[in-house]
Amino acid sequence: MLPAGLCNGGRALELFIMPSHLDASVTLKKVREFAAEAVDEVRQFRGELTIYIRADHLRRVGEFLRDEPELTFKFLADVTAVDLYPSEPRFEVVYHLLSFQNQERLRLKVRIRGENPSVDSLVPVYPGANAFEREVFDLFGIQFAGHPYLRRILMPEEWEGHPLRKDYPTEGYR
Amino acid sequence: MPITLERVPNQEERVILSMGPQHPSTHGVLRLVLELSGETVVRALYDIGYLHTGFEKSFESKTYTQCIPLTDRMDYLCPLANNLGFCLAVEKLLDIEIPPRAQWIRVLLAELTRIQSHLVWLGTHAIDLGAMSVLLYCFREREDILRIFEMVSGQRMMTSYFRIGGLALEPPRGWLKRVEKFVSAFPSRLEEYEGLLTRNPIWQGRTVGIGKLTAEEAIAWGLSGPSLRGSGVDWDLRKRQPYSSYDKFDFEVPTRPEGDVYARYLVRLEEMRQSLRIVQQAMEGLPEGPIKADAPHIVLPDRESMKTSIEALIYHFKIVTEGFQPPVGEVYQAIESPRGELGFYVVSDGSPKPFRCHVRAPSFANLQALPKMIQGHLIADVVACIGTIDIVLGEVDR
Repeated sequence: MLPAGLCNGGRALELFIMPSHLDASVTLKKVREFAAEAVDEVRQFRGELTIYIRADHLRRVGEFLRDEPELTFKFLADVTAVDLYPSEPRFEVVYHLLSFQNQERLRLKVRIRGENPSVDSLVPVYPGANAFEREVFDLFGIQFAGHPYLRRILMPEEWEGHPLRKDYPTEGYR
Repeated sequence: MPITLERVPNQEERVILSMGPQHPSTHGVLRLVLELSGETVVRALYDIGYLHTGFEKSFESKTYTQCIPLTDRMDYLCPLANNLGFCLAVEKLLDIEIPPRAQWIRVLLAELTRIQSHLVWLGTHAIDLGAMSVLLYCFREREDILRIFEMVSGQRMMTSYFRIGGLALEPPRGWLKRVEKFVSAFPSRLEEYEGLLTRNPIWQGRTVGIGKLTAEEAIAWGLSGPSLRGSGVDWDLRKRQPYSSYDKFDFEVPTRPEGDVYARYLVRLEEMRQSLRIVQQAMEGLPEGPIKADAPHIVLPDRESMKTSIEALIYHFKIVTEGFQPPVGEVYQAIESPRGELGFYVVSDGSPKPFRCHVRAPSFANLQALPKMIQGHLIADVVACIGTIDIVLGEVDR
């Protein structure tokens, strides 16, 4: 852990907090109003808002965030995943959204279990999710239901295993 | 089974053509599968991964400081932008403040990086479309910038010059003279390129109306950087979500509404002018002061103080052998790299090594729009479209 003297009480934070016309909590309020049952957990760290969404509500919430005129998260910057092996639920799929209008970022997370991991694809909502979801499928072995072309993108087709999983050795299998 | 396209029955005149990965106009090892009707592209697929080196896996077994040299090697045309993105992400995680001098030097070098990356883009883009001489001129100017990098960091390309908490070293005496010389010479050089290309009817014939993307399409496909601004979307992270004191600099964000190859060409040329303005301002207003944050647990002490102070020696030993331990948490820091939004998503579990570090590579996202852009165009226009999204395969494949 950092010694207390190093964290200069939020002064440096100003440099990094993304300027936002809307308070981050407005986004949260809107999402809660739209589907309170979809929100699993909320976290805030270094000025970044993370909303954990229950897996079966993901596409609905994505559509809402994109189309709601006060939020307009039209830009899906990134899709990735984190492997929390050996704990369960093992995977977190991470989405970074960006709203040009409000100059605001939002992180969505979906927790999924390690056995036959699968989550709804966001390609119908954000076409740009295509390659990113393929990458997550390739390197983590997470299925994206409804993805139009789900096959390996970086590793060779015949590769065995998913390299970014924590139980996959860094030097590979020999 | 390599990636391929299935032949549609009863359409025997269609030809499936595999272009790349070894092809001079695919800017590295990009492979395209094209379905052609005569010379017109009907469908296209891209196939990547030939340069995949598993950077994201390697990050997990290195301390934060050891990760910096890896970031250079992803986008080898703008190493300093990659260094900057990673350092900012970890600094955000640590919540430390960077002294103004270090920030100004970072901005100055990041903008020089942008110019030199755009120069390589311009030269290769032009040679793809048959204008050979531009490449030679562009590399002449790029050499000046690489010399500045060499002076500052000791390396021409793999600079690894930025450190978490500041800079590696104070730049050597006389380096600003070099920068000044470049800044005074470059505007006239830029005029020369414009003179060769902008109003050239052959150049316009090859670029106007090719690879069109509307603003809605560009946003939906996740395009960023000059490729997005060429479609009329006024979005630049340096202006809209300023980092590293970009808000203290005066510059404009060029956009063009047309969304074709020519528009993106004009945007990038104007960006070089604006970058030059930033370099000039950074040079003139360069503040005095330290180049490293006041955070002895994180930043390596000076050589001098290590010989005189036992604390400095202990910190040095601890940082080098163990690394430092950021708090548990996760951050996403995006910067405007020459190619677009370069994001670093760093997850810390409190240990000296990142638990997970993901790179949102702008080229990886921008490449997605390529099949859409080339649909209905001739094969010769495919190389124009590859050039215009300015991909670097090292970053696409990581």
